[in-house]
Amino acid sequence: VIGSPRIITANWDDPSVVPVDGYLAKGGYEGLRRALGETPAAVIDEVKASGLRGRGGAGFPTGVKWSFVPQDTGKPTYTVCNFDESEPGTYNNRELVEREPHQLLEGLAIAAYAVQSHTAFIYCRGEFLWPGIVLERAIAEASAKGFFGRDILGSGYDLDVVLHRGAGAYICGEETALLSSLEGYRGQPRLRPPFPAVEGLYESPTLINNVETLCFVPHIMRNGAAWFAGIGPEKSPGTKIFSVSGKVERPGNYELAMGTPFRVLLEEHAGGVLGGRALKAWTPGGSSTPLLTAEHLDVGLDFEAVQAAGSLLGTGAVMVMDETDCVVEATRRMSRFYAHESCGKCTPCREGTWWVSRVLGRIEDGYGRPEDLALLGDTAENMLFRAFCALADAAASPIQSSLKYFRDEYEQHVAERRCPFTGKGPGPNEPPPEPDEIAPTEPGEPAFIPVSEVLR
Amino acid sequence: MAVLTPELREQAESMKARYPAGRERSAILPLLYLVQSVEGQVTPEGLREVADLLGLRTAEVEAVATFYTMLRLRPTGTHVVNVCTNLSCALRGGREVHEAARAAAGLPHGAEISEDGLLTVHEEECLGACDAAPVVQIDFANHDRITPERMAELVETLRRGEVPEPSRGVAPRDFRHASRILAGVEGTS
Repeated sequence: VIGSPRIITANWDDPSVVPVDGYLAKGGYEGLRRALGETPAAVIDEVKASGLRGRGGAGFPTGVKWSFVPQDTGKPTYTVCNFDESEPGTYNNRELVEREPHQLLEGLAIAAYAVQSHTAFIYCRGEFLWPGIVLERAIAEASAKGFFGRDILGSGYDLDVVLHRGAGAYICGEETALLSSLEGYRGQPRLRPPFPAVEGLYESPTLINNVETLCFVPHIMRNGAAWFAGIGPEKSPGTKIFSVSGKVERPGNYELAMGTPFRVLLEEHAGGVLGGRALKAWTPGGSSTPLLTAEHLDVGLDFEAVQAAGSLLGTGAVMVMDETDCVVEATRRMSRFYAHESCGKCTPCREGTWWVSRVLGRIEDGYGRPEDLALLGDTAENMLFRAFCALADAAASPIQSSLKYFRDEYEQHVAERRCPFTGKGPGPNEPPPEPDEIAPTEPGEPAFIPVSEVLR
Repeated sequence: MAVLTPELREQAESMKARYPAGRERSAILPLLYLVQSVEGQVTPEGLREVADLLGLRTAEVEAVATFYTMLRLRPTGTHVVNVCTNLSCALRGGREVHEAARAAAGLPHGAEISEDGLLTVHEEECLGACDAAPVVQIDFANHDRITPERMAELVETLRRGEVPEPSRGVAPRDFRHASRILAGVEGTS
């Protein structure tokens, strides 16, 4: 589409950039060369001035994060690239690595230089067997060319990079869980503070950045902070890759300026809803971000605008559901994912994710009770912001947002005692289920006492 | 009978050396992949040998191994078929593909490995290739836009002793070979 700037996907149609020579022919590693000619502080200032914000979900200013890494602590400093991409619906990191691995390696080297670290790890999602091979080859090639190892490009700066593969655990995308996993433990999150910048890998100062974030860095070093800051909205500059999937004509990764309206992404790039059907619901940033609906078609896709609309930009993973898709079933599936992936450390998450997926399952199957809606809402409320990490918050997102926008659909499931989309369930003519322990004990008494009431 | 041959133990030492001195525990996942590549699963003996290599107790290694779904502590097929049924794939028919995979493998309700030990079918969470939904991985090689019919064909191909051509990249010969690549000891050309 005319006018849409492509920065980190500009070479995606050109397979010649996968080997290092092809990447060099396109100006590759010039950003690293420039960075090495400046002081680390100047590199950090450049990235700060660009306004680049982390693309892994949180949107924290990248240069500021770099400046938090202390120097002269007497400990080594580590740089870690988070390539544990597993947020449902998200697949831009994988394609960035498969199509232009050296872009990531160059960004990683610049980041490591900026924080004066001499060892970098790439934590590669285990299931990404092929992207891992692509990276192994690229690291070997780049090292042979002198972009990693001793005295890089004659600068006196040394950097080794190690590819580390995970083994199937969504939670390891959370940065402190990733560090636990990289240290050889179960991937369970740690309390913050201390933040990884101060006490991360091996109790040492550690910089952690997402793949997409690092891929922008070489371009900022080559073209300057002002160029980058001039693209997109002032508070969320630059471009973002949106991974579109589900019920659209042309699912795919689309790099667009931040702030591009969802309507443009859906209609002009992804070809509209599959089969010309009506849009029902969509996630702006993976299943961890609250659902939005057709009334949000004109929301601009940047951190501020999506938040103002009641959701989060997250990873930019847009999953699209149409009018024929059951929101209760979709929520049940997303909830089952969080129940499976909860690391088990915090009770609200470990227990809550399991219970909500059970309750959603019985509603979808036609065995729901009228009080189940309040039960779901209360359980979600008691997961939100009550665990060490954001997995519990993420698990609450689809439940709270689907209850907000599609309560009538839940009520229909309960009243008709079947899924109105699949028709599965006992149906309205079967006798209602026996009351159980969660039913009211006295007429008029609530089925359960919300924790918020107890605390009050 | 030891799981790791002297040659593999030597490779294990070089795997430990990828990490800073004193931080060799970081090699636990690659080492578990290494023992998995020999036995096609992680056995109690495999856990003991990894513990021995790292100076840990077997229980500490088991605690780690049981956390990660790609490390399999129970009998596992020659090939592992992972079918994504997370939302983006489910919207495009992933559940039907999962059912087709189970049917083609002849798995009764509750079973995850075929009687002949050829196939393990695993319902998978998002595999990060949602534009190609429904997505299937065979020994961690990706197969895009799979229909139930295509799924049955893929299983037939495996039954003939062939490795189906993946949509991108290379296909490991089997689950053990995939584990060897994941351990990072396989030449990847």
